[in-house]
Amino acid sequence: MATQVTLKILRYDPERDKKAHFETYTVDADPLDRILDVLNTVKWYNDGSLTYRRSCAHGVCGSDAMRINGRNRLACKVLVRDVGGDTGKKIQIEPMLGFKILKDLVVDMDPFFEKYKSIKPYLINYEAAPASSERYQSQEDREIYDETTKCILCGACSGSCPPYWAGPDFVGPAAIVNAHRFIFDSRDQGGAERLNILGQGEGVFRCRTIYNCTDACPRDIPVTKAIEQIRRAMLYNR
Amino acid sequence: MYHKFDAVVVGAGGSGLMAALQLVGKANVACITKLYPSRSHTGAAQGGICAALGNTEEDHWEWHMFDTVKGGDYLTDQDAAEVLARDAIERIIEMEHMGLPFNRTPEGKIDQRRFGGHTRNFGEGPVRRACFAADRTGHMILQTLYQQGIKENVTFFNEFHVLDLLINNGRCVGVTALEIKTGELHTFHAKAVIFATGGFGRAWRVTSNAHACTGDGMAVAYRAGIPLMDMEMYQFHPTGLYRIGILLSEAARGEGGILRNANGERFCERYAPTLKDLAPRDMVSRFIYQEIKEGRGAGPNKDYVYLHVDHLGKDVIDAKLPDITDFARTYLHVEPYKEGVPIQPTAHFAMGGIPTNINGEVIMDEKATVLPGCYAAGEAACVSVHGANRLGTNSLVDLVVFGKRAGLKAVEYVHQNDWESLPANYETRSKELLGFVNAGSSDTKRTEIAGDIRKDLQNSMQDNVSIVRNETTLTNQMTKLAELRERYGRIRLQDKGTKFNTERMEALELGCLLDCAEAATKGALERKESRGAQYRDDYEKRDDVNFLAHTLAYRADSGGVKELRYKPVVITRFEPKERKY
Repeated sequence: MATQVTLKILRYDPERDKKAHFETYTVDADPLDRILDVLNTVKWYNDGSLTYRRSCAHGVCGSDAMRINGRNRLACKVLVRDVGGDTGKKIQIEPMLGFKILKDLVVDMDPFFEKYKSIKPYLINYEAAPASSERYQSQEDREIYDETTKCILCGACSGSCPPYWAGPDFVGPAAIVNAHRFIFDSRDQGGAERLNILGQGEGVFRCRTIYNCTDACPRDIPVTKAIEQIRRAMLYNR
Repeated sequence: MYHKFDAVVVGAGGSGLMAALQLVGKANVACITKLYPSRSHTGAAQGGICAALGNTEEDHWEWHMFDTVKGGDYLTDQDAAEVLARDAIERIIEMEHMGLPFNRTPEGKIDQRRFGGHTRNFGEGPVRRACFAADRTGHMILQTLYQQGIKENVTFFNEFHVLDLLINNGRCVGVTALEIKTGELHTFHAKAVIFATGGFGRAWRVTSNAHACTGDGMAVAYRAGIPLMDMEMYQFHPTGLYRIGILLSEAARGEGGILRNANGERFCERYAPTLKDLAPRDMVSRFIYQEIKEGRGAGPNKDYVYLHVDHLGKDVIDAKLPDITDFARTYLHVEPYKEGVPIQPTAHFAMGGIPTNINGEVIMDEKATVLPGCYAAGEAACVSVHGANRLGTNSLVDLVVFGKRAGLKAVEYVHQNDWESLPANYETRSKELLGFVNAGSSDTKRTEIAGDIRKDLQNSMQDNVSIVRNETTLTNQMTKLAELRERYGRIRLQDKGTKFNTERMEALELGCLLDCAEAATKGALERKESRGAQYRDDYEKRDDVNFLAHTLAYRADSGGVKELRYKPVVITRFEPKERKY
């Protein structure tokens, strides 16, 4: 059931272009194809220079976050028919905002990962673990931080967050989500350290509760709720 | 650019990270990856990681070892299976201590569930052995190990694509790699190199594997003179999402999900009366193949069957299988609460790879001669712990068990050995390779489109080197691969840039896929028997007299397989028997 799909893609080649510009491609696609499949068709058969990141192609590796019709999405989690591509609607694709563009849809993720690292994204526990068994955790305690363990570090949330665009020092929602994952883990003892980091100048209070992040998250993490819980933990000392 | 490290780990998935974590602090180590570590394909693993913890019912590592050997149709090296089953227990506890958020039992221990081919008391019935974190166990392992890497300050080179393995005076002395962002060639001079580069599932059309799974490490080792072992043993997972191949974990069946044909019949119980839907993957994939072949497939083309979880109830589905049911909704617009999900077998896992001993040291021949300084682990390696068919969850066990052992052995090696110099002209082969690819953007006589070659490769492998093979399909594929290799020599590229040239990278990856596909097809052609994932309808029986042995494929300089040799299987506790479930 092939149909014609038109993509309008923002292109930028640092070795050729002074500034970014749109190019339009019309290719055959199936309504059930992923936007990533359509990008691949363009790259493999029309224009080999089109550049984007991709890997797993089913929404778990976080490589292909980009702006699709103005919203941050994973190109492998949006189907042609989800955005009306099979009914003649043009699909507009751009790199995420708030990141430096390296080439076409590829943005510089290094600052994003540096912010992730800054909140100490690993279990901190100062007591010796049991010699030959696991640390116990109740099902209820495990459930508290379940949602924030789903983060795949794609950047869709941070790239849709106006305070993140505006303030290069703001850690952004993705880093806060990962802080939440540990602060609310009953086995962790680094909560105070992380709350201290997040309470500094550009920390968690930069959030303006716009909910863009929650809308953008391809893993359905309630990002804004996680940020709220951290603020409350700070104000009431957990 | 020149770098010098005691050890270089190539790949940052489960096994690469585990190896790097052994080295960091004890040696100067770099971990290079063509993605970012958190994008590695380990993160796509879903259902669980087995270890005989006995948290919910009686279990013993000997039972796990037996299941692994039997599951592998006795091609498994039993010394390796013993290490796997014993070490699994420690590694699970270690990762829990690192913070891995396993699901819990009511008393707070790590919860465990059933998985295909894992049994109690040497095959009596299913056992709860798979530790899990919902259906994103691989994601949580990858995250946890990457987080430890951050904590321990591992030096990562992200988005570096490996090109060549450097050997001098019989010792491994480093690798070269292309920095994708700049297009610059880098040489990593090292005492020890650990390949942890994953599999080559992108050689098939319907695959669960990421675009990145192109067998780079296998191909680079193979080109440097290292054989590839048991490449014909390639696993097709029974439950890939129809048409696109995205994996739906065996955990769905572990939790009670069942397969039904177009008539609504639970066909697995006809083939495997004891384990039914939880028989090992090679068998269930063949059951599906048979149902479809005999006209009991569903849909307009009668080419799929259904995976049902609707009878498990919304609570179980949401708590234990949230991701895979979401895949069905997103990609097929099917609601698993209410209806069966269309599935078909999907290319999934390489049991074969770079041969190693149980310490992760790469071996060069049937006598297990070690190449000093060279290590491999995970899917890129072949220990051989999975034999002719891997059991569900044992890939994750393999990553962490043998990633750790390779890392520890490399620590020992770098402390005991002095530096060996780089070979003369150590960049030559890499520059030739890059020169060949780059010329594709200027040489007007080069007219072949990489996308066409890749598509032809994937379609022909799907038709000829799939769940059922024979002399005709395999001979046809050898001819096809020779044609594809010739065409590959004339590929055209459009992107003339040096920075972030992913077209060039994809062309390099395609070259790696061709090497892996050749070794796999040749191995399958010469193995005139049926065993595990290798099922030949012209040789339907297992032949222990002639083929209770590992295939070692050596590459010809011009491409293609130069010769095959055979290495005996290590048998310690369990004599080969017929496999029944």
